Amino acid sequence: MSEATPEVTADATADNPALDRIRSLIGTNAVVLFMKGSKSMPKCGFSSRVAGVLNYMGVDFADVDVLADPSIRQGIKDFSDWPTIPQLYVKGEFVGGCDIITEMTLSGELDALFEQAGVPYDKAAADKIREANA
Amino acid sequence: MAMEAHDIEALIRESFPNAKITITDLAGDGNHWAAEVVDESFRGMNRVQQQRAVYASLKGKMDGPNGALHALALTTKVPA
Repeated sequence: MSEATPEVTADATADNPALDRIRSLIGTNAVVLFMKGSKSMPKCGFSSRVAGVLNYMGVDFADVDVLADPSIRQGIKDFSDWPTIPQLYVKGEFVGGCDIITEMTLSGELDALFEQAGVPYDKAAADKIREANA
Repeated sequence: MAMEAHDIEALIRESFPNAKITITDLAGDGNHWAAEVVDESFRGMNRVQQQRAVYASLKGKMDGPNGALHALALTTKVPA
């Protein structure tokens, strides 16, 4: 995965506690999924799909329910310059939304990203997802 | 207010005049769309950058519960 630095202007970050909280979340957790609902109870099909992949691959990730906090819901869209939820961050970098994560899962790029980032995951489970969608 | 396939294509076309654009109605309900955009300008961009560019062309139509576009699955590619 090449660079995907969030484009945030100085003005957008000024006095916005939501953005500080987002920075803290992605700074202290290797894998963070901003989603609707929680990993155990997703409230949207797109969020459910990405959380499901991560759960199935045995990835330890922090889930942030954007429905619980409107300032985070809008804040993460501004922070990532990305209009949709879910959004996946690995090691502080924005990886993508549902479509990109699905593509990367099936192509094996997500495995490579986790390996690079030193994030433990179940390779056999990832292979099973690919076999089932071949 | 929902959008039609040709509306979505027209918006994307404004920013990507030479792209191959395929719009699919995923659920047959005029509300869940897929768009595939194949354009030379994507060369050298990663997927996030490519899709940001497409989202930008939609000019806020995907903004939240009141946006005209409820669900749009995006695929972006460089021409083969």
